[in-house]
Amino acid sequence: MKGLSASRFCFYLGFVVGTLSLYLFLRQLWFERSMELPVLGGVQGSSVAAVAEERQASVERAALINLNVPHHTGEDSRVADELYRKVRILCWVMTGPSNLQTKARHVKATWSRHCNVVVFMSSVDDPDFPTVGLGTGEGRDQLYWKTIRAFHYALEHHGNEADWFLKADDDTFVVVDNLRWVLSNHTPEEPLYFGKRFKPYAKQGYMSGGAGYVLSKEALRRFVEGFKTKVCTHTTSVEDLALGQCLEKMGVLAMDSRDTWQRETFHPFVPEHHLTGKFSKSFWYWNYCYYPIVEGPQCCSDLAVSFHYVDAELMYTLEYWTYHLRAYGYRYRYRPPLPQGLVERLAQPEMATVGAAGRGTIPAGVIVVGGGDQSKMEAVSYKGAARESQIPMDNNRTAVTQERQQ
Amino acid sequence: MLSEGSSFMKGMALGGIFCLLLSLLGSFTPGMQSSPEDQHHHHHIKAPTNDELQSLSEPQMVELSQKVRVYCVIMVQPKVLVYWATAKDTWGKHCDQAVFYSSESAKALEAVDLNEQDEWAKLHKALKHAYDNSGDLRWFFVARPTTFAIIENLKYLVLAKDPNEPFYIGHTVKSGELEYVEYESGIVLSYEALRRLVNVFKDGEKCPERGRSLWKLSEEKQLAICLKYTGVFAENGEDTQGKGLFNSKSVGSLIEDGMSKNSLDVVEGCCSDLAITFSGMSPNQMQVMMFGVYRLRPYGHNFHDSLIFLPPDGSDND
Repeated sequence: MKGLSASRFCFYLGFVVGTLSLYLFLRQLWFERSMELPVLGGVQGSSVAAVAEERQASVERAALINLNVPHHTGEDSRVADELYRKVRILCWVMTGPSNLQTKARHVKATWSRHCNVVVFMSSVDDPDFPTVGLGTGEGRDQLYWKTIRAFHYALEHHGNEADWFLKADDDTFVVVDNLRWVLSNHTPEEPLYFGKRFKPYAKQGYMSGGAGYVLSKEALRRFVEGFKTKVCTHTTSVEDLALGQCLEKMGVLAMDSRDTWQRETFHPFVPEHHLTGKFSKSFWYWNYCYYPIVEGPQCCSDLAVSFHYVDAELMYTLEYWTYHLRAYGYRYRYRPPLPQGLVERLAQPEMATVGAAGRGTIPAGVIVVGGGDQSKMEAVSYKGAARESQIPMDNNRTAVTQERQQ
Repeated sequence: MLSEGSSFMKGMALGGIFCLLLSLLGSFTPGMQSSPEDQHHHHHIKAPTNDELQSLSEPQMVELSQKVRVYCVIMVQPKVLVYWATAKDTWGKHCDQAVFYSSESAKALEAVDLNEQDEWAKLHKALKHAYDNSGDLRWFFVARPTTFAIIENLKYLVLAKDPNEPFYIGHTVKSGELEYVEYESGIVLSYEALRRLVNVFKDGEKCPERGRSLWKLSEEKQLAICLKYTGVFAENGEDTQGKGLFNSKSVGSLIEDGMSKNSLDVVEGCCSDLAITFSGMSPNQMQVMMFGVYRLRPYGHNFHDSLIFLPPDGSDND
């Protein structure tokens, strides 16, 4: 056997140690690289960031087209886009410096993106958020002052950019597309106002502040005029009641915002409360509601417009439920007709049958499957025509006394 | 001494270079070795794309729509009656057939009484009963009533899949060598998978009816093992973008996770638009989910889905 010299031995040892240590080093590197998770939602991120960075001389943000909210693939939003152009809504959100990061921020990230114009109203200017400063203090006693000044600001700075003016709190969630539907058959040149109608203290009732309310352009003009002529003054800090009383004096009509099945659209509480809660008979709510209270699932329209007392987590949850989560292929029970103005605008062969008392037609080439416990199935097919849009269709439904599918 | 030291260093340097060269040449990767057998089983099952569906002919669509019918196996306990009642009143109505399997009989609600307390034995018996009574239904969805399911989205996921092939789908979890479907987020089995399972049930060695007390495995793992013997492997259900469709948390919980991570878009990063299951909600929250899934929507947005599912009879919360 050949003898190994010490240095030779050290060389071999060094070789082995070198190989081994580099192997372990590379393995660790590989391991770390494989642990990096893919980034989801990258596409949406850029559009949200672009919106956040916008800062103009006048501190609020104006959207030209409804492309601030990206549409989903396979989604036909022609009707919603048409309504965006036709029914222009300015949303102003009542907030304050201490609520910007805890509440207003989440409104900004969710439903307010669907407004034509959105303005966050606070007591002080904040160019970073951005908010408009109304020059008031903060607190419950300032609420009506803020409301008065906010509406004056909206008419003065954005009177030409919108037809309807919505007031909401920073814990109100609004489905703006559904608000457009409610307003679509009315004209902003009439003095009208919509919201969750309460009955006491005013002859025609007034709209709940928390659930959000909307003034037509003419109603807003009259509100501002009322203060100019001193017909209206700052009477109380209870802003929704005070506003309602002023509007009543100025001849603005309190409207019925319920859907065609008489279900409420503006809601003063969270969905869970309305859908599953029982209001105790001594609760003030029973004496306040202008229209009969319905408990259970029929409390609320499918095309709900607002909910109140919505915390941050629920804001995102509601946005997800409204604009994202759906049941594939599900045919809704409630399918109201297209608003009159749109029928002509979007005239196409299939849509001519919509809205009239005719039966709803199913688009060509679509298979209908009986749901739930029904074991029968209908395969409906029409030859020739390509698949067209599935506009919500009505089935022999007259407005008021229609019985609902129980 | 010095010459030995320098030889050592030279050796080390050479060894390092040698290792680097080898890895660059790719003849071995210092990273995690996944055996060829493992790669086979990282299965993902994706929902069909619009193009795929539109490429199908009319008679093919009709045939598919008749095949895609779901038998729901809902494992209940009289102890938690309220969840049982809620499942029956909410998502259970959207199954083509929803059958409740209970550990013991309860006067209040109708169920198949398994007369059994052991979890695996219950599942075992329920699946056998389901197979024997499935009629012409070809897809099986197994869940506890604390899970909320959107059956239409389940049908969409398996629309283009043949139930005469074995499928075992859900949210997959890896435990050592075993990949199984998480019970909490619901388990989907095709007719063929269930047929093979019922067959292997007869083999008391491979698939015992009662878990051996020393080797007590959870029923979800036990199911995966039995299916593995028959050549059926777990597959993760995903949408066309790769987002998981089966969730073991509630929407609120997932949103909360997104918020605490300060993600840029909390809603987009939460969950799929066509999610199939969520879990961990109270009965009231499930009623609210019915509103959120089947009713609440923004006016003027339409989808051109290839199938239409009609709402169930005698229901007003969807």
